[in-house]
Amino acid sequence: MRVAGKGRVNRHVTVPFTFDGKRYSAFEGDTLASALLANDVRLVGRSFKYHRPRGIFSAGSEEPNALVTIGHGADRTPNVRATMQEVYEGLSARSQNAWPSLRWDMLAVNDSFAPFLGAGFYYKTFMWPKAFWERVYEPVIRRAAGLGALSGQHDVGRYDKAFAHCDVLVIGGGPTGLMAALVAGRAGADVILADENSEFGGRLTGEVEEIDGQQGHAWADRVVAELAQMPNVRLMRRTTVTGSYDQGSFGALERVSLHHACPHPDAPLETFWRITAKRSILAAGALERPIAFPNNDRPGIMQAGAVRTYLNRWGVVPGRKVAVFTNNDSGHRTAQDLHDAGIEVTGIIDARTDVGSVVGVPTFNDGQVVATAGRRGVEQVTFTHSGGQKTIAADCLAVSGGWNPSVHLSCHMNARPQWREDIAAFVAADGAVPGMSIAGAAAGAFTTAACLSGGANTALGVLADLGFTKPEVAVPKAQDGTYDITPLWSVAGNGRAWLDFQNDVTVKDVSLAATENFASVEHMKRYTTQGMAPDQGKNSNIGALAVLADATGRTIPETGTTTYRPPYTPVSIAAMGAGARGKGFAPERFTTSHTASVQRGAPMIEAGLWYRPSYFPARGETTWQEACEREVRMVRNAVGICDVSTLGKIDLQGPDAGAFLDLVYTNTFSTLKPGRVRYGVMLREDGHVMDDGTAARLGPDHFVLTTTTAAAGQVMRHLEFVHQCIAPQMNLRLASVTEHWAQFAVAGPNAREVLNAVVDDPITEEEFPFMACGAVAISGVEGRLFRISFSGEHAYEVAVPARYGDGLFRMLLSVAEALGGGPYGMEALNVLRIEKGFLTHAELHGRTTAFDLGLGTMIAKKDCIGKAAARRPGLTGPEREQLVGLRAVKAGDEITAGAHLFREGAKPIRENGLGYVTSACYSPTMGNTLALGFLRNGRARHGKRVLMVDHLRQISTVCEVCDPVFFDPEGRRARG
Amino acid sequence: MAKLIAKPALETGMPFAAGDAQLSMPDLGCLTSIAPFDGALAAVAASLMAAHGLGFPEPSKMTVAENAQCIWWGRGQAMLVGPAVDDGLAKHAALTDQSDGWVAFLLDGAGSTEVLSRLTPIDMRLSVFPDGHTARTQLGHMMASITRTGAQQFRIMVFRSMVQTALHELQGAMKAVAAQS
Amino acid sequence: MRLNCPLCGERDRREFYYMGHADYLNRPSEGAAPDAWDAYLHLRDNPAGLTRDLWFHEMGCSAWLVVERNTVTHEILSTTLATDVKEAGE
Repeated sequence: MRVAGKGRVNRHVTVPFTFDGKRYSAFEGDTLASALLANDVRLVGRSFKYHRPRGIFSAGSEEPNALVTIGHGADRTPNVRATMQEVYEGLSARSQNAWPSLRWDMLAVNDSFAPFLGAGFYYKTFMWPKAFWERVYEPVIRRAAGLGALSGQHDVGRYDKAFAHCDVLVIGGGPTGLMAALVAGRAGADVILADENSEFGGRLTGEVEEIDGQQGHAWADRVVAELAQMPNVRLMRRTTVTGSYDQGSFGALERVSLHHACPHPDAPLETFWRITAKRSILAAGALERPIAFPNNDRPGIMQAGAVRTYLNRWGVVPGRKVAVFTNNDSGHRTAQDLHDAGIEVTGIIDARTDVGSVVGVPTFNDGQVVATAGRRGVEQVTFTHSGGQKTIAADCLAVSGGWNPSVHLSCHMNARPQWREDIAAFVAADGAVPGMSIAGAAAGAFTTAACLSGGANTALGVLADLGFTKPEVAVPKAQDGTYDITPLWSVAGNGRAWLDFQNDVTVKDVSLAATENFASVEHMKRYTTQGMAPDQGKNSNIGALAVLADATGRTIPETGTTTYRPPYTPVSIAAMGAGARGKGFAPERFTTSHTASVQRGAPMIEAGLWYRPSYFPARGETTWQEACEREVRMVRNAVGICDVSTLGKIDLQGPDAGAFLDLVYTNTFSTLKPGRVRYGVMLREDGHVMDDGTAARLGPDHFVLTTTTAAAGQVMRHLEFVHQCIAPQMNLRLASVTEHWAQFAVAGPNAREVLNAVVDDPITEEEFPFMACGAVAISGVEGRLFRISFSGEHAYEVAVPARYGDGLFRMLLSVAEALGGGPYGMEALNVLRIEKGFLTHAELHGRTTAFDLGLGTMIAKKDCIGKAAARRPGLTGPEREQLVGLRAVKAGDEITAGAHLFREGAKPIRENGLGYVTSACYSPTMGNTLALGFLRNGRARHGKRVLMVDHLRQISTVCEVCDPVFFDPEGRRARG
Repeated sequence: MAKLIAKPALETGMPFAAGDAQLSMPDLGCLTSIAPFDGALAAVAASLMAAHGLGFPEPSKMTVAENAQCIWWGRGQAMLVGPAVDDGLAKHAALTDQSDGWVAFLLDGAGSTEVLSRLTPIDMRLSVFPDGHTARTQLGHMMASITRTGAQQFRIMVFRSMVQTALHELQGAMKAVAAQS
Repeated sequence: MRLNCPLCGERDRREFYYMGHADYLNRPSEGAAPDAWDAYLHLRDNPAGLTRDLWFHEMGCSAWLVVERNTVTHEILSTTLATDVKEAGE
């Protein structure tokens, strides 16, 4: 019900919205919760397990009951707390966990089965018959379980991540935080003030009280206005600090557009911040806790503080006859505010003895509520008191069991809070998080005056630590007093008393856990699921552990709390993964020939982060195989051009460059003459092959190494490790030059002719024999030339600075095509190298040694990385799976990479495995399918047959084992 | 003989502006990585001064001459920006041409720090990252060099092959920040 | 987690690559016994307390670093260039 003359919503602007398909009206400034209460909507959801009718409980992010689904289609978001969702025009909200409707929910039948569905019931049931678990019970439970449903569509909203740095992070913008930010801001410190709410002010936004002679919320607005003018202060509304981490790191979730009817298309819905703060002040306030009594979960039973916040901030009361149940003064304050607004308060049931009364409101001492009535909403409250037992009418019951300081962020690094008997609450321990100070209600100071001075003094302490000069500070006058509480955790009676509203855990469940010896609070939590729901026990942790303490004969501090973990409130996975979805996941790297390749219709495939052409379809070709085979023939018979820029290129210079290479490669490079290239193998220190490649000596102290495309970063890291950590005395420098040079392979019988058509000074066999390297000029541009071959043909790789890459590619193609050649892609590249038995990371997969690969002779006498470990027993010998070639006995039969090898006639099971296939292709050159693979004692089995079995694709092929170099075994073509 | 045509790293999309930020791609001239050999730092610094009029920069700093800059680029490394490097340095340092290895963006305007805060984890407050300060860090997932070249201006350098991704990320951040101001 | 790179200053840990224990600095000399290699490659202490790691500032200055930290309190006690540690005679 809306109350005239109360609240600060803008009554000039009406905002239409729907809930469960029905249209309602709100005012600008309403949350969905305040708007529903204004429209007398009491029933907002059904509880998780028992499907009990539930209503709005709180006015904040700890809300356990009013979880709704907002929006439609791909924008649909489940489990949104109605208390945190600001209403906008056209907002569409639906209740959850009820079918067919909220009023008539069929699964409410669960409530009748409650005696069988107590804590841990699933450990004791659904066991027989055994087969039924998978076929019946689990599917049924799965359909019934869960709260809210995802849309099933891709989330297309934009989410951002961002980084911020400051001197002081103030967490919470109530009186404590505002004061702290003001003091720190005036001193010139870089301050970030974050509050999860849309307005700063904290409790001041919901209370009737004065600060320095003006309304508390008005004082707050004034402070915010001053802070907004300070360039060193960043105000972050709607921003929840979700976690505290090492070295002053914090995570924070900013709700950017979730309150807009039409979010700006470029703006994110949420931004996830990583904030680094030299110091932090936790001013997160406190949350009001309930009391557990029989049927304390009916719609209309709410936090006392929330009832008056709805009245004072939004001008809304949840009922027309409000009763109060309290063990401290909070309940009285609610009664006073309601009474002053003309709302009937039917009684204050105070658990304490000798309490004062609010004029005109019946007040009962030693009061405890023992029963409530009204299934879809409370109607009556029955209680015992010093004068006996009584029943009063109430359509809203405001409950206060005291206040729990929000210590969470101080406990995220495994500190435990400490019990304070005087306020019957846990507070954060000093030094729980390095650099974090705690102030205000979060530190157990529950009056506004204490919060203001606490905020100011804490900030002064932090500023002194950081070396700032003390600024002008005047702590304003505000409400003070004592906190008078008589702890009351639960009331016995007829009917279940609820602790965890979200997971439907009762006092009886916690007692049962204790009876079954789950006495540790961590065990009780998992056994009953108390505290494991989205509110993470904000409304039940302390109550539950008090019940457990009582049941196990311990004190509350002896029982202790469970571990607090981030996030403080739920964070959408989209926000945490911001910037990493789709193409954002990793950078895309394009070669200089990319445009030309795409123009020629080449499908581009991923190789690491790079895109490389798979094949270049010619007119009339319909499959990739056709193109691939044509390209292979073209390279072997004419000439082909392939962009090989993506391979890592590492520049190495210095007097010890040669000695360094001797250390990192198995073979010797210090003896390599300038102007020559050599193939090298690099081991890991554990003796397995890391990478292979070529090293070209451009000068006495100058080498350029190549690495496999996807391993470039890893190899660079390894080389830096060897230099800095193993051999720092060597005088050398490394630099990655992968990006600067565009490099193209020119391969085939006509390769030299193609080159001589583009270079300024023609090259001859004498000047440029196989494995030579040197400088060349192309149209006056200085480039590099390497006579190396990955195809086995007479071939070169020519490099120019990347700005000329596209130009050179087109130039080479035009010359090649005139000679019957053209471009070739990755498919053909792979066939050509398999035909020659050349290796890629399919063979160098991390578990193969030089011995396995037939490269054992490449390990020279000198020391090198990996040498000692490569000699370990078991890494050499006939038991090893050694590199072999395989060809189909029946020409053209399929061989697949990943298939396993067996003796012909043996059962193709794991125990009989002899090896596996790593690379396979159809070879137009050899007219057969070929493969490379590893076979136990393979080098001794040339000429024998094995059975290849691909269990996944159901293919079996008899293969002949042979030398891995299928074509031109003497290597004449490359040398010709 | 046909001429070899040079192409820029990015042919479209520039310059770009959104809200309080502008993005452009300046031509920096030559880029040469200079890594002094052991014990040769003083000789390199002297050669640099004689040939190009500037010194070898300290970590996170840059040195400036009339037509040249030398930006600290990592452990034992600096990047000479502008002129072709004098040959005399070759005996004291490993020199590698990086002119076509990196591309540069200039992000300008009152919103530039806020834009970069979406992409870069380092502290870029003016008090900590003043004019002339430089850092090797990340732009999104990319290796980058970021230098403050003015009160509200940054030079951002990334690998040439990643220029499309860098442009996309920068534009997205610029638009997002503009939409929230 | 943040690491204070001696060259770059305080940085987010995502800029770094973690290799393992600083034991990897002490590669056995040529001809060392197999036991020494086994220890170097495979045997590590697992302390609840002080440990020394090797980290590589991969997205920053490319320096290898020795980081002294406490696995229980997460305090980072020191960050030193690996080359300086080697020079000091590790």
